[in-house]
Amino acid sequence: MARFRVNGVERELDIEPDMPLLWALRDELGLKGTKFGCGIAACGACTVQVNGNPVRSCVTPVSAIEGTDIKTIEGLAVDVGGSKQLTAVQQAWIDHQVPQCGYCQSGMLMAVSALLEANPNPNDAEIDGAITNVCRCGTYPRIRRAIKSLSTTA
Amino acid sequence: MKINRRRFLLGTTVVGGGLLLGYASTRPSKHRIANESAGSEPFLTTWLRISEDNTVTVIVPHSEMGQGVHTSLPMMAADELDADWNLVKVEQAPATDLFANGVLVKGFAESLGVSFPRFLDGLATSATMKVAEIMNMQITGGSSSVRFTGELGMRAAGAAAREMLVKAAAARLDVPETELSTRLNYVHHDASGRSLSYGELASDAARFEPSSEPKLKDEKDFTLMGKSIARVDIPAKVDGTAAYGIDAEAPGMLYAAVKTAPVFGSKLQSVNADAALSRRGVVKVVELENAVAVVADNYWRAKQALAALDVQFEASENDQVNSQSIYAQYDTALEGELNEDIAEGDAANALENAETVVEATYRVPYLAHAAMEPMNCTVHFHDGKCDVWTGTQDNLGIRGRVATVAEMDENDVTLHGFYLGGGFGRRLPTDVNTIDQATLIAKHFDVPVKTLWSREDDMQQDYYRPAVTSKFRAGFDANNQLVAWQNHYIGKNEPAEAAHTPYSIANKDIAYADSETHIPFGAWRSVAHSQHTFFLESFVDELAHRSGQNPYQFRLNMLGDKPRHAAVLRAAAQKAGWGRNLAPGHAQGIALQESFGSIVAQVAEVSINNDGSVKVHRVSCAIDCGRTINPDAAASQVESGVIFGLTAALYGEITIENGRVQQTNFTDYEMIRLHDSPEIDIVSVDSGEALGGLGEPATPPIGAAVANAVYILTGQRVRELPLKNYRFTAAPVETAV
Repeated sequence: MARFRVNGVERELDIEPDMPLLWALRDELGLKGTKFGCGIAACGACTVQVNGNPVRSCVTPVSAIEGTDIKTIEGLAVDVGGSKQLTAVQQAWIDHQVPQCGYCQSGMLMAVSALLEANPNPNDAEIDGAITNVCRCGTYPRIRRAIKSLSTTA
Repeated sequence: MKINRRRFLLGTTVVGGGLLLGYASTRPSKHRIANESAGSEPFLTTWLRISEDNTVTVIVPHSEMGQGVHTSLPMMAADELDADWNLVKVEQAPATDLFANGVLVKGFAESLGVSFPRFLDGLATSATMKVAEIMNMQITGGSSSVRFTGELGMRAAGAAAREMLVKAAAARLDVPETELSTRLNYVHHDASGRSLSYGELASDAARFEPSSEPKLKDEKDFTLMGKSIARVDIPAKVDGTAAYGIDAEAPGMLYAAVKTAPVFGSKLQSVNADAALSRRGVVKVVELENAVAVVADNYWRAKQALAALDVQFEASENDQVNSQSIYAQYDTALEGELNEDIAEGDAANALENAETVVEATYRVPYLAHAAMEPMNCTVHFHDGKCDVWTGTQDNLGIRGRVATVAEMDENDVTLHGFYLGGGFGRRLPTDVNTIDQATLIAKHFDVPVKTLWSREDDMQQDYYRPAVTSKFRAGFDANNQLVAWQNHYIGKNEPAEAAHTPYSIANKDIAYADSETHIPFGAWRSVAHSQHTFFLESFVDELAHRSGQNPYQFRLNMLGDKPRHAAVLRAAAQKAGWGRNLAPGHAQGIALQESFGSIVAQVAEVSINNDGSVKVHRVSCAIDCGRTINPDAAASQVESGVIFGLTAALYGEITIENGRVQQTNFTDYEMIRLHDSPEIDIVSVDSGEALGGLGEPATPPIGAAVANAVYILTGQRVRELPLKNYRFTAAPVETAV
């Protein structure tokens, strides 16, 4: 039995301990916002946060996240009086019209949110080091602009 | 009723009290002859719906794959309609014949007084992407949505609807139409201060016959076109709610993981499924002609069980083919009989009498599309019908494909469209291996089955951008003038003019040899321009240096009869500060090409890293796409095109060994990431000419622009991509000013 919290909700699943978190989220819990891209942690489309840290869920067995707090893209926006309030990162993504096909952006947003939480003013090298997700549409110039717009010293 | 080559409006229909305006044309299709002899033709439409609640729904017959078409096309209709953008809704057209996209017919364009003869002629004579075939379907490709569906269909539909609403208001208010004006979903009669909403007028308006010649706005009167409007698809793409084909969900759904013969064309020989069938969640093992599938209650379980199968594929005559043998085959083909592409003047004679002859052979490898969303398709057979859930660049074409494979009537197949997690040509209806497998697998079940490919499946079973070899000979006369251009290449592909250089050269011999391989090939963003622009613009650069001329000035001097090209080249050079002092160890390379009706020039600023690899710092890109509908979304497309082309130039390489693709995933088919993504400056040169495409034209020039800069830094001419295969040593070349 795998037990962990997803976006604040306790979850208990009768699944194999080696099932990657990605497939537990998508096929067992029906949370489709987290995407499958490569299956080997090479692209970051499946990035979620485990206790606030960015983790590539396609290679993370559920046995390794027992008892942890998982945050997925569905849990990023905050519920305020019954309506979803986008986070500053999500709003910046709209303001800078970042997504194109959008498929990688769930993972991108989870990775960037984790980065800015840990380091509110990342420089270019820190951004490059932390955000290694692939975007095939090449939205990188806008991603960088959006991150910089969120910098607290901007 | 016989209607040929004339625009034709479907009779309007009142639906739910609203105005449903169908804008139709005759079918300019491969069936045209059959239709003419039959005396009747199906009608092809794009649609506009106005509801009693004063909302306008624009039905878009194109897929949204990040290019912004679900925003730009409604903008065009709404602008002509004088609609309030806040009251505009967007729907993707269902995959039924009624919504096939038929506005791109030559007669339609002519009758509307919009002239696109050159492009349409090119399409009409093209070998593999006939205009007729595009018409018949709902294809999203060829950078065509805005310039054709939008310019010829959406604007006309909006303008015709506006005229009908004005007529209805004139009748209701008993005033002449000339006293009425339209603004933000209302018809106003200023003299009496009365106004009626479009919603109030819709059912009256629907009774009028739509004009066959609606008057389109002058550019100065545009209210939406030309403004940066936020894309309607973006909010769902930041909160995880945007649904892609892979996210399809249906009650009782099962999941299929597939192993396909690694050598293309090889067949399944034997399967021992015992170990797989005993695993948790596994429901069935399905054997196909060239593949085997495990179907389970969860994708990961299916994939795990697949690995437990003992599978043998038949040996094939292609088992010995590799990249080197393909290139050798190409070389042999180029020594044989060639097919003429362009013959102007007497290139052979000019080369014979030339003072200097320059020769070079270029080549580029196969490329995979590597769209981020792995290929998938969910199919459900039930009650003699079939439902299909997938993201595709042609809903109607895929519906037809499923019907064909399932041996069903098309009308019994319902296609549910989704956002595409990347298209780039991979999700065109010519690229159907996943669709076929999903259909055949689901036929074994009465519940929905989602067939999902792994990244490895996607990379190894793609329809690849073909590898091409291209040989050049050029001759200068005694006055150092370029007088002869000979280019012999492998495989004429789409677009037909991809190997045509824009430069004025008196004698040209451009010819090609066909050389088939067993590697499946398909359209890859910018199609044949992606290879040929690298060849053409690298070789032109060689010629500039060999004749002691500045590469920018050399090009400009040969563009005397191409003012738009010259203006774009100048704009890119100016933006980049061509010739200025750069940081030590940096150099600039330049390249130019027209594709899909747009002209693009790029200047890349490049240096060599300590490890001998290439670093691209900045790309200055000038584009003339005639006129820009949604400037910020257009800029995204240019940025995307540059990075897509640069990824190919730096890293892109699919190699063949023992008849199969060697690369497996993003680890050995690397992508540009944030750290190596250059700054991109865009300058828009809106010439006011016919609209050009935006999805593809920024992709072709970047490879040559970067390689031309590498030459200046190292003295090494890059004649084969990708650049990752080189370790360069800085050895700067003196260049002419």
